[in-house]
Order: sequence, then C-alpha cells, then structure tokens
Amino acid sequence: MSESSATSVHEAPPVKSWVLVFTLTLLGLISGLCIVGAFQLTLPTITSNKAKALRAAVFEVVPGAKQMQPMVWDGSALAAAAKDVVGSTIYASYDSAGVFMGYAIPAEGPGFQDNIRLIYGYLPGTKRIVGMKVLESRETPGLGDKIYKDDKFVGEFRDLAVEPQVVVVKGHGADPNQVDAITGATISSKSVVKIVNAGNESWLPRLPAPGQEPPPPGKGGL
Amino acid sequence: MSELFWIFISSMVINNFTLTYFLGICPFLGVSTKIDIAIRLGIANTFVLIITSLSVTLLNSVILPHAPYLRLISFILVIACAVQFVEMVIRKLSPALFRALGIFLPLITTNCAILALALFQTNRGYGLLEGIVFAVGSGAGLTLALVLMAGIREEAELSDIPAVLRGTAMNLLIAGILSLAFMGFAGLFSGS
Amino acid sequence: MATGKDTSQLYEEFVKGIWKENPVFVIVLGMCPTLAVTNSAINGVAMAAATMFVLVGSSLLISLLRNWIPNQVRISAYIVVIATFVTVVDFSLEAIAPKVHRELGAFIALIVVNCIIMGRAEAFAAKNTPMRSLLDALGMGLGFTLALLLMGSVREILGNGSLFGINLLGPHFEPWVIMILPPGGFIMLGVWLLVFAAFKERKQKKRLEAERRAA
Repeated sequence: MSESSATSVHEAPPVKSWVLVFTLTLLGLISGLCIVGAFQLTLPTITSNKAKALRAAVFEVVPGAKQMQPMVWDGSALAAAAKDVVGSTIYASYDSAGVFMGYAIPAEGPGFQDNIRLIYGYLPGTKRIVGMKVLESRETPGLGDKIYKDDKFVGEFRDLAVEPQVVVVKGHGADPNQVDAITGATISSKSVVKIVNAGNESWLPRLPAPGQEPPPPGKGGL
Repeated sequence: MSELFWIFISSMVINNFTLTYFLGICPFLGVSTKIDIAIRLGIANTFVLIITSLSVTLLNSVILPHAPYLRLISFILVIACAVQFVEMVIRKLSPALFRALGIFLPLITTNCAILALALFQTNRGYGLLEGIVFAVGSGAGLTLALVLMAGIREEAELSDIPAVLRGTAMNLLIAGILSLAFMGFAGLFSGS
Repeated sequence: MATGKDTSQLYEEFVKGIWKENPVFVIVLGMCPTLAVTNSAINGVAMAAATMFVLVGSSLLISLLRNWIPNQVRISAYIVVIATFVTVVDFSLEAIAPKVHRELGAFIALIVVNCIIMGRAEAFAAKNTPMRSLLDALGMGLGFTLALLLMGSVREILGNGSLFGINLLGPHFEPWVIMILPPGGFIMLGVWLLVFAAFKERKQKKRLEAERRAA
C-alpha cells in the first residue's frame, strides 16, 4: 500500500449501487448506535444537572425555600405537575417543614440584544416580589450584563410591590413598586421589568387565593 | 403580526447572522469582489435556508420528539439534500448562474449559517410561519452582508493599500467596522 | 522499524499543522468558531478541545475506512462520521461541564460544519494511512488550539482585564468592551493575520536578500 500516494485510490471499475446503499446504511446504523449509546450514558447526569440548577434558582429567588413542587396550568386550574410534564410551569416552594414560602415564576422576553430568561419569586400574601435571578441573557458586557452583575439592581427585586405594575424610574424611585434603572443600561433594565410584568399578567390571575396554596410535595415531590 | 416583524428585522439587521453571530464567514470573506455574484449567492443561500426551515419544522414536529438525539445528524443530512436540490434547480433554470457560482454552491452545505438556522429555530421553538420568516430574514441579512462586503472590496481594489494588509486581514478589519456599524441597530424597537 | 527519514517525515506531518500550515492563520479555515467563542480564553480552549476530539476521531476513522467507502458517497459518509462524533461530544460536554456547554451553545453543534474537519478528511485522511492522518489531525488540532488561545487571551485581557477569569489588570483598567463584542472578534483576527503576514513577508525578504547576495 503506497504511503504517500496522492493519486486516487478509487480507480476501480464503477461501483454497483447496492454497494453504495449498503455502505451508507451500515455506516448509518453504526452511527445511530453510537449516538443512542452516548445519549443513554449521559442522560442521567444531564437531567440531574438541570434539576439541580433549577432547584438552586428557585431557592435563591424565594428566600427560605427548601422544597418545591412544579405546578402546571391546564386551562382552568393550577395543578401539581407530574414528573415529565412540559409546558408553562411555575414552582410552589416550601420550607423544610412544609410551610408555603412563595411561588417561583419563570419568564422570558426580548432584551436589548437577545432574549432574557429569568425567574422571580412572588409572595401572594403580601403581593410582593421577593427575588429575581437572570437565568440566560446576552446583554452588552459591562453595561446590560449589570442586570445580573449589579447587586443593587438585583436587590431592588427583594421587596417589590406589583400593584398596579412594576415601573422603572431613572434615578431613585421611592414608591414600593419602582425599580431604579441601571445607568447606561436603561433598555436592559426596562426589558427585565417588562418581562416580570408580563409574567405577573399571565400568572397572578391563575394563582389560588392566599391560604389555599397547594400542599407541599409528599414523598414523591422534589 | 408584530412578533413576525420583530423576527424578520432582528434576524436581518439587529442580530445579523454574519456580523453578529459570525455565521457564514467562509463565503463572506472568500467569495467575490463582484456585487452581482454576491447578490446571487445570497439568494441561493436564502432558498436553501427556506427549504431547511420547512424541513426542520417537519422534523421537529414529527420525528424528533421520539428521537431527540438524532437531531444534529438529521439536520445536517437534510441540509445536504436541500443544497443538492437547489443546485439541480439552478442548473435547470439558469445554467449561466450555475457556472458563475461554481464551487460555492456545494459549499453552502458547510455554511454554518444554514445549520445554525436549524438549531436556532429549534431552540427558540419557532412554528412554521415564524420559521419561514426567520429564514427569509436571515437570508436577507446574509445577502446584505455579502453585498456590502463585495461593494467595499470593489472600491478597495482601486485604492492604495499596503501589500501586507491585502487579502483576508483587510477583509476582516473591514468586517469589523461593518459589524461595529450594525451594532447601532441593537435596541431598535425594544425601547418603549 | 521506521527509518530515520520516515520518522522525520512523520514528525513533519505533526508539526506543520501547528505553525507553518496553521488552519486558522495560514489556510484560513474554521473562522466561524474562531471568531465566535473567543470572547474569553477558557471558552476558546474548551471549543478547541472539543474540535480536536472530533477532528482526531473522524480523521482516524475515515482513514481506517478509506478503502471501504465508495467514492460516490464519500462526502455523505464523512458527514455521518463527523456528525456522530459531534453529537457524542455535545452530550459528553453537557454532562461533564454544563456551564461551558451553555457558554458555547450552538457552536458545539456547529463543529460539524467546521471546514477544518471536512477539509482535512477530504484532503488528507482519505488518502493517507491512519498513522499519518492521526498525526496530521493532532497537529491541526493543536494549531487550532493555539489560534483560539491567541485570540481568546488577547480579547479577554483587553476586553475584560482578566485571563482565564483571573483579574490581571486591576480595578482601574477601563476594559475595551468592544473586544469581547462581535466587531472585536473580526478586528482581532484581522490583526493576527496581519502579524502573520508581516512575519512571512519579512522572512521572504530575508530569503531574497540571501539569494541575491549568493548570486
């Protein structure tokens, strides 16, 4: 077998079409097996990583939370979600004794550069937002990324009234439903508030009355 | 309706595939110094994008829910077929264009922009209409970037540029300035 | 078993990819990831590692199979091989380092259309023995890593004042944010290519000078 031959090795007579099909099919099958194998191997780790990240985010935005129960809106009522339900979900959180602590509501919307994905904690009893965490964003580094890097901005969401809605103000706002915009990143700040307001608009009417929160998860909960 | 408009404007200008996401760089830097070839390559790309978008919508709704791990490999195979198809169509409809585009037609397969469209569309959960608008918008964005680049290069040919700078280095610096200019579009429509 | 000449030839296969035929700076391939994920040094290195894995794996496999893959379907076959490797890398990265996986995002999947991999498969692995293909792939992979490292480090230092997350330039440094934004990527790569071109030109001038003097 010539080592440095640059001329084509394929100067054989024309190949029959069944050989082509066979080779590709065989290759496809082997490839499929490898992919499925890798998938099965890594699936448990990936799922548990995702679940861990979600738990961490929920517990961060609802202070004191130690357990959570995903809730899904089925069109008329908020129901506890079965394990693998996909769809609009919020998370009811409880402390270790099972006392209801608040809801964690994920929301998404356009920011300055691209979509922003965040999650915020809400207490129906006091009608206040108690925490906000940006999960995914591509805002301008150094300016827009302050929506998660600037402690002061994030801190604004630790005790924020939602009625009539959350409002962004330049400078310093005194009302409980006002958020101070980040200097130089007004649009990113406004986007975050817009996303939160939209989340409230969809979810707050669906929440059960205070005192009628869903029970904490039993053995099979998260 | 405004959601679709946002998708179109966003993919064409605000998050231009080439100047913001660095997709489709190979044809962008390598292709042509002629504006009309740039336009035609852009349109060919747009066709492939639209076909890809349609196929991806089909794949995502019918086959992939059962086998999500086959996503990447099915996308790339679909793209290869789409490019073959567009190549055949162009050869039939306009042999002159086919000759003019030459090697660049099959190279559309490895154009990261096409695969990126498939991936972005899946990640953002676009439906049929949104996918098509996304494809047309990003195709228009690619064409826009190609044409701008070709135009500038046509002018640059006649200018006195040091030999060491000529070629890809200069094209990249030009691209950097173009990208800088396009950054000005960020925030369009989002302030209110 | 290999003669002295053979060993040096093999060594040459390996080394050429790092500098003389660096895939990014010389052959000018694989630009998309080079520009996109080099906004920080660690992202660049992670991408290079993933790409190297796919490059080495597919080059080796394609070289091993080169006599069994009929010519007419070779491109489709290469695509299947490369896409399989990339899918495996994608899953592995998501399981091992989810944060890096999220930062690199869609660009991991885009390794499939990285011209370097397909280019080396078609131009080299399909026509050479597994040993040489392996060395070629390793060399090219290292060259790619070098390129991403050079790009990523400078962009991160200038654009963020840090390197691999470690703050280097102190709190009073006003970062050139543009460097970690898209225009910075273009400009940085243009500058590096300029540097390489200048070196080449100087070397050529020296060579011509030497030839003229010898004549």
